[in-house]
Order: sequence, then C-alpha cells, then structure tokens
Amino acid sequence: MAATTLTTATSQPVFSPRLQGPTEASRSGIWVGIFAIIMSFAALTSSLLVRQGSGEWSHIVLPSLLYANTAALLLSSFTMEMARRALAKSAGPSMWLTVTLILGLSFVCGQYLVWRHLAAQGLYLATNPNSSFLYVFTGVHALHLLGGIAMLVYLLAHVVVGGHTSLRRHRLDNTAIYWHFMGGLWLYLLFVISTRL
Amino acid sequence: MEQTLPQPVHVHAPPKGFLRKYVFSLDHKVIGKQYYGLALIAVFTGMILSWLMRFHLVWPNAKILGLDLISKTGAPGGVITPEYYLSLLTMHGTLMVFFVLTNAPFAGFGNFFLPIQIGAEDMAFPRFNMMSFWTTAAAFVVLVLAFFIPDGPPISGWTAYAPLSAVGKDAGPGLGWGQNLWAISIGLFCIGQLLGSLNFIATTLDLRTKGMTLMRMPICTWAWFITSCIGLLAFAVLLPACLLLILDRMAGTSFFIPSGLVISDRLQNHAGGSPLLWQHLFWFFGHPEVYIAILPAMGIISHVLVTSMRKPLLSAKVIIYSMISIGFLSYMVWGHHMFVSGMNPFSSLLFSFPTLTITIPATILTLIWMGSLYGANIRITSASLFALGFVSMFVSGGVSGFFLAQPSIDIYLHATYFVVGHFHMVMGVAAIFGILSGTYFWFPKMFGRMMNETLGKVHFWFTFIGTYCIFMPFHYLGLVGNVRRLASFVDDFMPALMPVHRFVTIAALITGAAQFIFLYNFIHSRFRGKPAPANPWDGTSLEWSVPSPPPWNNFGDRHPVIYHDAHQYGVKGLHGDFVMQDSPEQIVRG
Repeated sequence: MAATTLTTATSQPVFSPRLQGPTEASRSGIWVGIFAIIMSFAALTSSLLVRQGSGEWSHIVLPSLLYANTAALLLSSFTMEMARRALAKSAGPSMWLTVTLILGLSFVCGQYLVWRHLAAQGLYLATNPNSSFLYVFTGVHALHLLGGIAMLVYLLAHVVVGGHTSLRRHRLDNTAIYWHFMGGLWLYLLFVISTRL
Repeated sequence: MEQTLPQPVHVHAPPKGFLRKYVFSLDHKVIGKQYYGLALIAVFTGMILSWLMRFHLVWPNAKILGLDLISKTGAPGGVITPEYYLSLLTMHGTLMVFFVLTNAPFAGFGNFFLPIQIGAEDMAFPRFNMMSFWTTAAAFVVLVLAFFIPDGPPISGWTAYAPLSAVGKDAGPGLGWGQNLWAISIGLFCIGQLLGSLNFIATTLDLRTKGMTLMRMPICTWAWFITSCIGLLAFAVLLPACLLLILDRMAGTSFFIPSGLVISDRLQNHAGGSPLLWQHLFWFFGHPEVYIAILPAMGIISHVLVTSMRKPLLSAKVIIYSMISIGFLSYMVWGHHMFVSGMNPFSSLLFSFPTLTITIPATILTLIWMGSLYGANIRITSASLFALGFVSMFVSGGVSGFFLAQPSIDIYLHATYFVVGHFHMVMGVAAIFGILSGTYFWFPKMFGRMMNETLGKVHFWFTFIGTYCIFMPFHYLGLVGNVRRLASFVDDFMPALMPVHRFVTIAALITGAAQFIFLYNFIHSRFRGKPAPANPWDGTSLEWSVPSPPPWNNFGDRHPVIYHDAHQYGVKGLHGDFVMQDSPEQIVRG
C-alpha cells in the first residue's frame, strides 16, 4: 500500500568521520604492525619469566658495547626527526636520512660485535637459557630493525632518483614512527636483558 | 551531491598478463579465490586422512591399496602402523585447523567480500595481500612435503606438545625433519596470517566508502574485522613460539625441554626447559584460533539467514557486541586446554570462570538466530539450509562445552573421544557448514554462475545427518572411557565398543563420499552453471550492487554512497521487499 508513496533521494548519507584512502590506511597499518610486534615481544618476555622460574638460571655480564649501540640507536631517532623537519621546511632530507641509515647500520653491526664478544667468552646460543634469550631478543629485534633500514633505503633511493619533492610525506612519517618504536622497543629489551639476564 | 564526491583513486592498474591476472595477482578477489582453492585442496586431503584413520580403527589389518607407495615404513604392505596413525592424526589436525578453517572463511571469503562490502576498490595493501597468500601457499607445500620425506610426518599432534615435539628424531618417527617441516610451515603460516590481519584491519578502518559507518557494515564484515583483530594477537604469539621450538630442535637450546630427559636410553643434552611453557604459548594462540575459525562462519550465516528470512534479525547490534565479547574473552580461557597438564589447580579454577562466561555471548547469538526465525517465511536454499545446520551443530557441539569447562569433569573426559566429539561439532563441522553456506550463497558472485540447488540440498542432507552420525557417538564413547589418539583398542572394555566405531566409520565414509557431490557441483557449475544475475538472492549489501563477477576495480567508475544500515529486509522497496545500502530511496516498513 505504501509502496506507491515511495520517494527517492531523501535520505542523507551519514559520512564517515575519517579521511579515507591509502594514506590513512598506511598510517593505521604501521600502528597495527607495531601492535603485533609488541605482542610478539610480550610473548617472548613471558617465556623468559616462565623459563626463569623453571630452573638452570645463571647470569651474564653484558658487554658494554650494548650501551654504545643503544646510544647510536637513540641518536638515530633524533636524526630521523631532523629529516622530517627538513622535509617540512621543503628542504632535502637526504643528508639526515643518510646519517640515520648509517647510525642504524652501525647499531646492527654493533649487535653483531656483541654476539662475537659473547662467543669469545664461550657464550653461545645454546650455552645456557640466559645466553639463549640474549641471542633471541637481540636477533629478533635486529631483524625488525633491518625492516626499518629497508624502508630508509627505499626513501633515500626515492629522493636520489626523483628529488625530495617526489617523496610522499606520509611515507617518511610512517618510517619515523616505526623507527622510533624500534628505539623504544630496544630500551625495553635492554631493561629486561640487564635486569633478568 | 554525488558530483562533489572525489573520484575513486585506483590502488593498482588493471591486471595484464597471465601471471599478474591469475598467479601473482594484486586483486583481492583473485587472492580470495586462491585462498579458497588452497582450502579446498587442504580439506579434501584432510578428509582422506580422516578416512584412513577411521578405516584403520575398525579394520586394523586391512591393506590400503597404494598407501605403501607414500610411506614404506608407515604403511608396510598398505597396513597402517600405530606411529603412522599418529602421523595421519597430526597432519589431519594441522591441515584442517590452519589451512581450511582459517583459510576459507576468513582469508578466502574475507578477502573477496570485505573490500566490496565496505565500498573499497581493493585491500589497503595489495602487495602485502599477495605476499600473504603466497607465504601461506609456501607453508602448505612445506607441510605436505613431510609426507614424502623418509622420516614421514610428525607424530606429535596438531598441538605439537613439547618435549615430544622438541627433542628430535630420537623420540620417534617423524620427529626429525618431519617435525622441522611442521614448525617451519606453521611459522610461515603465522607470517601470512599476520600480513592478512594487518590488511583487513587497515582496510576496514580506512577504506570505507562515504556513509559506511562502522555500525552500517554488514555483520559478516564485522566478523572478519573482529577475527583479524584476534588473528593479529594470536599469530603474533605463535610465531615466536615456533621460533623457540625450532631453536630447541635445531640449535640445541632448552626452552621447552626439561632436565634429565632420557629417550631411547639416551640422556638428552638439554636442561631446565619448561614443557608447560609451550602449552601456554600454544593455547594462548590455540583457543583464539577456535574463534578465528568460528566467528567468520557466524558472520556468514547471519548474513545468509537475514537474506533468506526476508526480515531483520532481532538485533544486529547485539550480534556484533556478542562477537566482540567473544573475541575479548577468547584471550582469557586458554588454560582450559591445560586442566590435566599439571598446571596449578588454582589456575584451572581461574580459567574455568571465563570459559563458562564465554558461553553467555555464544548463547545470546544462538537465541538471536533462533528468535529471528520465529515468524520468518524463510527461503529454503542450499545456503540457508547450511546456515540452519550451522546453528544446529553449534548448539549440539556447544552444549558439551559446559561440561568440559569444569576442571573436575574435564579431568575425566579430557583424554577421551568426548572432547573429539565436542570440538569437531562446535568448531570443525560448524565452521565447515559456515563455509559451505557461504559457498552456495556467494558462488554466483564469485564465479558469475549459479550452483545447482538440487545437488546442493542433497549434499546438505547427507552432510547434516552424516556428521551427526559421526560425532554424536563420540560423546557416548568418551563417557564410557574410550581414550582418544589410540590407533587400536586393546583394553578389556574397548572391543565392546567396536560396533559403535564401525557405525562411525561407515558414516564417515558415506558423508565423505557425499562431499564429492559438492565438488562435482562446484566444478560443473563453474563452467556450465546458469549465468548469475547481479543480485540473485535479493540481497542488500554492496556486493549485490556490482555485476557477477565484479570487474577488476569492483565498482568501475562508480563511487558508492551508503544511505542505510546493512540489512533492510521486510520493507517496501522499489525492487521488492528490500532496500539496498546504496539506494537513496526512503525506507518504508511494510
């Protein structure tokens, strides 16, 4: 009966409050990825606590190089911010990106040297649970940092080939978020390593 | 108004060339079909393994033609050894849980329909999407390789309990490279699912079209979104667990292997590890995994039921809130799998409460489905039959969960067929019914052709009655103390149960054979089925507003605008008793 009284185009669509598109999605993607990484390291930390409770636990004297590596990584967060500021001022961020990349690579190389140092002391992956967790924590973190380094190389290649005007701002911002998270994660891991191992 | 809307930005160019179109495709629809195809291969493989197990249980000395060609040591002369039975058990569970129940309802249908249902052109990260599928496909190949290596597949079950799974080949057949392949495969699978979950979440949050608020999304879109949130957390825990397992096995660490373990007269060179740690990590993933399998099925059958009933559900919002509650609670109940593991009994009590609590949203869901059916003039199709079958299976399998949630009862029932009956019905078969319902419902959209409804209904009745015949007796067998995982029954009271087992095996063979009716229908309809119109079921969500099958960019140059909630049925619309989400017509309730 009422079908004859139908009208069209009377309802207003309720617009989604968010800006939509690939730019927003990539920002969400970075945060969601970070959340997953936090979850993985939470699982590893829980494993450490349970494993510590089950016995055969000793202690390791941490190589001081770890702290130098930490300083390099923290400094790289600063240089990453300088790169963002440079782009915001329409200047080329390539110098700061290069410095960040060098600092990031030196952190990874430094972690490798820490491994060599441990091996020289006779501490290998399977020597005891403490050394096992030290290698796992540093190794998995370094692996994730290499992902950040790959993103940096991609951005730098973009700037070198197309000039800094071709660089999409959200890509640099997302890389920076990930990079700072890697720094924060490392501080957390260093705390766990130094207090538990 | 529509003239002021931004034009759609194509996230990728039209695919060109065979490889880009069909193999390394960036199109979410092709990737969805690839996931579905992989699940189809896995489900028939897993089903044949279950046939072999059931066959061996009741005819233990019968020779199975050709089986010795796959494994000379596992099935000498075609007769399955007790160890090979455990290998089949492990591979059946792993294939079904990971490569079927996760792949088809979530990654398969979700990939195909989530972007269309929210009005997006594709997933947020098409390259990640492609990588996600091919990582999963690689995981499948690595797992199946275990059948063809001399060591054979592992015997440690789909849960890979340590220390059995961690100590290496000394502990038994399949625990050398077979178990290594298992651990690598599951690690790869985790990476694939993490990439997929990330994609689903970002897509749902940021690529919804104009007017598509979160509460206007169809229920199945919500189900995929909640599932991706669960998956993100669950697989992020299983991945490091697999890493630690691999290190125990290959690098000599002692995360899961305790001190003083002697296997095959050899003292193991490990010390201080915790076998319980593996169980905690595994079940922290494992229980949410149950919901990763069942939530998409719940979403799919809600979608199918509301379309078939031609009236709104009692409350779509409560369904969504209940699914969110289930997702949240699923992370608090993992210890109920460990009541007999030696865990502190106080912990058992703590895990029992949320386990019983999770039955509340599950019951609310069931009541909404059943209450909505009251007074509905339901259209009986293959899809709606399987959706109703889902509700039936979910209730029948769920009821036994009330018993198992209580530690004092679970201690008696845990190692028996009662548990096998419970989880197969509530999670396995129910989710399969969800997948089948979705297949009959969405096949026209996915392939542009209709499936044969008569064959679909025959398939339903064989499957529905058959699965009850298989899994209901398991509860009885469990109650009388029939231990699970055993390849043969030697205790005094067990031979008396053989007639029941024989009945189950015959039911399994018939029900399994009936699945070939589905396979025939699927393949035949794919090429010879009646061409499908854009909206064969008078649906309201966006997938029915595009051609069958949809073009590469889903909506062409159209930019859909959403005016209504997802399920507007039982109204007086321009085209019948429904109003589509993107139709600007006014809702007039009849």
